[in-house]
Amino acid sequence: MSDTGIGARVQRKEDRRFITGRGNYTDDINLKNQTYGYFVRSPHAHATIDSIDTSKAKSAPGVIAVLTGEDLAADKLGGLICGWLIHSKDGSPMKVGPHPALAQGKVRYVGDHVAIVVGKTKAQAKAAAELVRVNYGELPAVVDVAAAQKSRPPIHDVAPDNTVFDWSLGDKAATDSAFARARHVTKMKMVNNRLIPNAIEPRAAIGSYDAASDHFTLYTTSQNPHVARLVISAFVGIAPENKLRVVAPDVGGGFGSKIFIYAEEVVCLWASKRIGGRPVRWTAERTESFQADAHGRDHVTEAELAMDENGKILGLRVKTLANMGAYLSTFASCVPTYLYATLLSGQYNIPAIYAEVDAIYTNTAPVDAYRGAGRPEATYVVERLVETAAREMKIDPAEFRRRNFITSFPHQTPVIMTYDAGDYHASLDKALQLADYKGFQARKATAAKNGKLRGIGFSTYIEACGIAPSAAIGSLGAGVGLWESAEVRVNPVGTVEVLTGSHSHGQGHETTFAQLVSGRLGIPIDNVSVIHGDTDKVQFGMGTYGSRSGAVGMTAIAKALDKIEAKAKKVAAAVMEAAEADVEFKNGSFAVKGTDKKMAFGEVALAAYVAHKFPSSEIEPGLKEGSFHDPSNFTFPAGCHICEVEIDRDTGETRIINWVAVDDFGTLINPMIVEGQVHGGIAQGIGQALTEACVYDKESGQLLTGSYMDYCMPRAHDFPQFKLGFTETKCPSNPLGMKGCGEAGAIAAPAAVMNAVTDALGVRDLPMPASPHRVWSVMNDLRRAAE
Amino acid sequence: MPSINMNVNGQAVSGDVESRTLLVDFLRDQLGLTGTHVGCDTSQCGACVVHVNGIAIKSCTALAVACDGMEVTTIEGLAMNGKLHPMQQAFQEYHGLQCGFCTPGMIMASVDLVRRHGKSLDEATIRAELDGNLCRCTGYQNIVKAIQAGAAKM
Repeated sequence: MSDTGIGARVQRKEDRRFITGRGNYTDDINLKNQTYGYFVRSPHAHATIDSIDTSKAKSAPGVIAVLTGEDLAADKLGGLICGWLIHSKDGSPMKVGPHPALAQGKVRYVGDHVAIVVGKTKAQAKAAAELVRVNYGELPAVVDVAAAQKSRPPIHDVAPDNTVFDWSLGDKAATDSAFARARHVTKMKMVNNRLIPNAIEPRAAIGSYDAASDHFTLYTTSQNPHVARLVISAFVGIAPENKLRVVAPDVGGGFGSKIFIYAEEVVCLWASKRIGGRPVRWTAERTESFQADAHGRDHVTEAELAMDENGKILGLRVKTLANMGAYLSTFASCVPTYLYATLLSGQYNIPAIYAEVDAIYTNTAPVDAYRGAGRPEATYVVERLVETAAREMKIDPAEFRRRNFITSFPHQTPVIMTYDAGDYHASLDKALQLADYKGFQARKATAAKNGKLRGIGFSTYIEACGIAPSAAIGSLGAGVGLWESAEVRVNPVGTVEVLTGSHSHGQGHETTFAQLVSGRLGIPIDNVSVIHGDTDKVQFGMGTYGSRSGAVGMTAIAKALDKIEAKAKKVAAAVMEAAEADVEFKNGSFAVKGTDKKMAFGEVALAAYVAHKFPSSEIEPGLKEGSFHDPSNFTFPAGCHICEVEIDRDTGETRIINWVAVDDFGTLINPMIVEGQVHGGIAQGIGQALTEACVYDKESGQLLTGSYMDYCMPRAHDFPQFKLGFTETKCPSNPLGMKGCGEAGAIAAPAAVMNAVTDALGVRDLPMPASPHRVWSVMNDLRRAAE
Repeated sequence: MPSINMNVNGQAVSGDVESRTLLVDFLRDQLGLTGTHVGCDTSQCGACVVHVNGIAIKSCTALAVACDGMEVTTIEGLAMNGKLHPMQQAFQEYHGLQCGFCTPGMIMASVDLVRRHGKSLDEATIRAELDGNLCRCTGYQNIVKAIQAGAAKM
């Protein structure tokens, strides 16, 4: 291992600009003659727009334009799309309601976009927005999935019962037969609470139209600028791709919420042309982020697990109602289906699984992928069921898992996935040891003496990352391929630029991708620059989500490096007058076997560009190669998290006393960065389990948790120091053996916490978040029942 | 429009602002000091923390006119003569940042934490004192380590 290659704890190259305040986030960009957009948003959850009077706003000081859905329709622009087509059980395609960037005729959630006011200053635009008079005809609103299927009038005419699709996966008959044979069945109703992603950088967009060249530029907080350009070109129709540049500069966290193509991006671009080419900028106030960023989770599930007399799992049956919100966001439909039900086998050998999912429109913000996307929901269902089943059958939860672990690979689950590698016993063993599981009962007794309730909970999770083999997902309804591209440009002096279609918004690609190149080419890491996030620089890319940038994005770089090495060998052979087969590349230099002839990588690069020493008819000058890598399978990170909690009997406060995470991510490129990803993921998972909940008023559809005063973001004092361990089985489907680490914590954590809290309280069911009030109420009820 | 004068990062600056202009908007929009960030509208997230007369405040909650005549230090002014402040160095060394958006506020708040509690900080104090700074990326673990290490070197 070189000191900057794969496996090294290299300090991040990108840090210097962030710690000195020189980052370049979208809101930091200022363009000449820029104007400010402010959105008029719906105050109602469900209403017709009967009329809009913009006259007063238009004549307010500093106002340049006020544009509405009617103007958008007049320009014949298309709506936003959902890029994954799901079919219902009867074969009918999902019911997609129109999703215009500015509402036309109707608003469908509080925060829905009604108009944009463009002003010379932020304050003027905001003040004038107050003067836009909208006559609404209020309609009954519904926020609850179960109620929505009966609620009328429907949110979209195309879906009379507000159902987008009713979908299923797995073998119903085989599952029914497994349940018929079962000696024990554990049945639970679980709610996966709705979350608001809350990247600390609010979304922002600057649209700029240059009339002279008939060219648009969009600066935006995006995790995938090329996909944004594709959708805005091909579906919205703002401009063809060659006339639209999308730049996602430094992006302050995404967690999924910045994958999607949002109305504000489209409107800022369009408005810039409408006002004659002055740039239009918009940055969300946090309240807008709460209202109109895509939310996450929000499942209501009934699930049951069938066992034989020895605790061996025979079958799993799941019925989920998934809240899609008022419109189908960019990837919304794949989250509760192919990213969810396909993971219901967990780490277990389950012979029969049958899952049904109804996706439902409600008068709430669109719901789409949020860190883990479907996989946290699946893990929560499986791991809560498994732990509860073990308790009911009086089998130690670790032992129960051992009896059911998959131990041979490849393993075909009944729900599409073929797990390629893993060692679930190894991660469980290591976690048990790190958590001192044997000492738990003693600690529990000590805690009881101090008036505290101690509990311990497990989560042995699995996820599918490295998203995704294009042909496979295409057959399941995906509208795009999920390969990744890379270009490696070697400069004449031997320094390297890597252009990648992945996008970093905190993951540290500028460092980890450079480590790959530095180690492979034997050059200093400082000689490698990683370029991403600009459609004018990088030819194409699918962006960063689903823990795909290592397994897919870096593999594309590795393949391009293979080509660089092959080409450089040809050049070196010609220059050193040797047969190509006799040239070896080792430790950064090309040497001719059996001789002392040798050229450093930089010398070969120079020779490639000078092109004096080889016939250009045989070898082209220059040293630049690219690759499009399409993965052959998903990757399957897995591990074991153990959570130990202590509950205060008087206040109901849950403290996490100990957290152990043992993960198998395959090869680690930079353990320091991987640990950071795990910490952050666990924190978000604990947030879901203990503090966070998005709440809409059931009657009015108003968002009740619309600020940091109401939505409880986890803080530093909510966490202990997490203890991390790793096991390693290489991923066989990519040459680096990587699996991905970005979502594991958020996937594993909620079930571990809730298993621990229910263990401490001695109850079976408890909804998330286990807030002090909720926990106190449970204890109080138990106390009363005992009296 | 009121005229104001300040010393920002060692430089005398002046400007005309509306009475309602927030300090953070003056710094970002008029002085181009975009290292100070805005992450919320309720003074919760702490991305906007700067020092005014040596004391950490949330610049989203201060009027620019209220800081007339004062000394302001932003993240851009923390490094001296090209040399990183020990707290900046520690954030890099301990991987105390990921997306970097909360980082300027975190670092400015941390420096103030040392002013108030001294260089020898225990974990519980740091975690309690970070109540006003939100980070969504790191789970705070490496931020806590960075602050402890940075404080010791101040």
